Amino acid sequence: MGRYVIRRLLQMIPVFIGATLLIFLMVNVMGDPVAGLCGERQCDPATAAQLKREFGLDKPVWRQYLTYMGNVFTGDFGTAFNGQKVTELMGTAFPVTIRLTVVAIVLEIVLGIALGVLTGLRRGRPVDTGVLLLTLVVISVPTFVTGLLLQLLLGVEWGWIKPSVSAYATVDELIVPGLVLASVSLAYVTRLTRTSLAENRRADYVRTAIAKGLPRRRVVVRHLLRNSLIPVVTFIGTDVGALMGGAIVTERIFNIHGVGYQLYQGILRQNTQTVVGFVTVLVLVFLAANLLVDLLYAVLDPRIRYA
Amino acid sequence: MRTATHATWAACAVAAALAATACGGGGGGGDKAVLTSSWGDPQNPLEPADTNEVQGGKVLDMIFRGLKRYDPETGEAKNMLAERIETRDSRNFTVTVRDGWTFSNGEKVTARSFVDAWNYGASLRNNQKNAYFFAYIDGYDKVHPEDGSKQSADTLSGLKVTGERTFTIRLGQTFSTFPDTLGYPAFAPLPRAFFDDHDAWLRKPVGNGPYTIRSYAKGALMGLRKRDDYPGADKARNGGVDLIVYTDNNTAYTDLMSGNLDLVDDIPAAQLKNVRTDLPGRYLNEPAGILQTLAFPHYDKDWSGSGSEKVRTGLSMAIDREQITKTIFRKTRTPATDWTSPVLGADGGYRAGLCGDACEYHPKEAKKLIEEGGGLPGGQVKITYNADTGSHKEWVDAVCNSVNNALDDDRACVGNPVGTFADFRSRIGDRKMSGPFRAGWQMDYPLIQNFLQPLYYTNASSNDGKWSSEEFDALVDRANGETDTATAVGLFQQAEAVVRDDMAAIPLWYQNGSAGYSDRLSNVRLNPFSVPVYDQITVG
Repeated sequence: MGRYVIRRLLQMIPVFIGATLLIFLMVNVMGDPVAGLCGERQCDPATAAQLKREFGLDKPVWRQYLTYMGNVFTGDFGTAFNGQKVTELMGTAFPVTIRLTVVAIVLEIVLGIALGVLTGLRRGRPVDTGVLLLTLVVISVPTFVTGLLLQLLLGVEWGWIKPSVSAYATVDELIVPGLVLASVSLAYVTRLTRTSLAENRRADYVRTAIAKGLPRRRVVVRHLLRNSLIPVVTFIGTDVGALMGGAIVTERIFNIHGVGYQLYQGILRQNTQTVVGFVTVLVLVFLAANLLVDLLYAVLDPRIRYA
Repeated sequence: MRTATHATWAACAVAAALAATACGGGGGGGDKAVLTSSWGDPQNPLEPADTNEVQGGKVLDMIFRGLKRYDPETGEAKNMLAERIETRDSRNFTVTVRDGWTFSNGEKVTARSFVDAWNYGASLRNNQKNAYFFAYIDGYDKVHPEDGSKQSADTLSGLKVTGERTFTIRLGQTFSTFPDTLGYPAFAPLPRAFFDDHDAWLRKPVGNGPYTIRSYAKGALMGLRKRDDYPGADKARNGGVDLIVYTDNNTAYTDLMSGNLDLVDDIPAAQLKNVRTDLPGRYLNEPAGILQTLAFPHYDKDWSGSGSEKVRTGLSMAIDREQITKTIFRKTRTPATDWTSPVLGADGGYRAGLCGDACEYHPKEAKKLIEEGGGLPGGQVKITYNADTGSHKEWVDAVCNSVNNALDDDRACVGNPVGTFADFRSRIGDRKMSGPFRAGWQMDYPLIQNFLQPLYYTNASSNDGKWSSEEFDALVDRANGETDTATAVGLFQQAEAVVRDDMAAIPLWYQNGSAGYSDRLSNVRLNPFSVPVYDQITVG
């Protein structure tokens, strides 16, 4: 187990370096970021040169990358063009996005699995067909449409919620955006759980459990669900990273100042430091979530062992 | 035992997730006299000499007052902190600062507050992007050497404090309207706190204006409150303003519709057609000092040869400005007929119709002129623009359509989008343009000089097309040396005629400022810089 974890952690190093290098190069080919700082005019050459020197942009790209990585390992993610430390930006953006992601994941797990169990156990009944149809609609409608529609209906027409999230982004404000963010994944979780449950219902161990005379509840929760959740856990685990990085659209609609907002602004302003910094952290989150998922397999299915 | 270990792993994951939700604070208390307004995150640190865009400028306009201030209605430069600014030769100025002004931290505003601030702004070491505003002052080349070499002085030799409330300015050349430029935020005074603890000041800027900053969460929210001890006549008529950063102006508009926001000063293009019914009587569409043009790469031999001015004039005549401003912009733009802006007023140098036929839609003549001039270089023009902001694609496509129709050629004109503004600017800086490109100009101060010199003077900072004309330069020099304003304006207009005759850039339209507000507010107006006049707004 321990060795497995160590091996996985070591595997992360090349992935991490490759991902950051790619992002670094991509942001760099977009051209000279200092040119965009002076509005509709040429920055005066002396100030531009000095700014480039200060941000290290006068060095060749490989040197920039090495310096940057060196700094990252000491916890210095550089400074954005507006004079704020990138770590400071992260300090304000990540808590917001993590809250949003947690809301989304919780909704995904609670609603998705509940609906999945409901439909999986009642295959072919009206409730099953109804939920299946609904998930199909949710999956086929783009997130921004769902988001704008809910915002308009709940926020403006009915006045149940405020159309945008305040600067504090408290959990109760994030429920609707979280639902929008989770909607597509939620539909997938429902469908995955349903299929997996339906398949395992016919498995030998379930029949044995029923034959033993175990109560139905215990059969479903302890035996059936636990085994059926493996693909669902994989999906949710990888979704953690995807939700955090993919929140740009939802964050924009509801005016949430999280990671998506910072990335969007960083890209528009060609702010290498911000973009690479945030993506680096997202890469780490992704890797960690994947490792966690693999370890959770063993919890769910005792047949899986790591050596 | 193994199961137990696994359980711990899972528990940790859940704990970490829950811990994240635990942070975050409560909402702000609702003060009835405080209004909320949409805002964009300032691109640069919020220092007067480092802020060159509207969003940061909005804040500076609320927390600072300079020697002069532009009248929110007429744009005229009026004395604010200046008791008087005297000169005999348009080169040496003596400034007397009014008595009784203080910063919101209690410090007195003195001559030194100005001189220190200007020296800071001009010094190369401080990376201030508006440093070139001080370039007229004597000694600028010492504190800000153009080639980026080490600066040989820390302070401008042209600035001298002569008393507690007086200082003198010596310029490198005569510049009659110089005092009128002093309303630009870069010329604001700064308190000692700015220099003593710069980081603290940046976290919560302190100025001498009608508002003070109560709280500032960068990238999210700024709470400004009325300053009760404000000595000026333009005291805030509301309790304060909360500026809220919006990533998307559509969200701000939705918030305004639902009563969650009081003021939006950027109506999304998609909403223009229903804004009048959405906000009956609460929609503003007022002229602002913004002119959109198409600039040309005069460094490219295709656009610098003789006859190329005919091609440019022909292109200008092939653009149906009337139609485009009506259908695409819903009259939030007005077809341009000169190279300045209506906000200057006739006395200030705006002259409607100076462009004449060349800015009207005459498709037949357009075709003839372009043929006379040798046809379009390479048979096609590509209009380059940045696609990330300002929905430029729509109008560039419309302009191209109009040109194609006039020339009876489907391939005469195409749009050429560039991904980001920064990339667009760096291509312009590297002289990589091969055809016309989008150029917008938002005035720094309401003077005709500001619409001409920075854009068309040889090697000026915003002369992106590198157009150059000795005649133009000479006229501008003469105008700057003239002490009589009317004569100076006349000379500038002559210079403008030189721009017209060579069609150095094609004027497209004057841009209006637009805003919408909730029924809680009254007395909302936009100044010539398209920024709401916050201090005059009344709530309730």
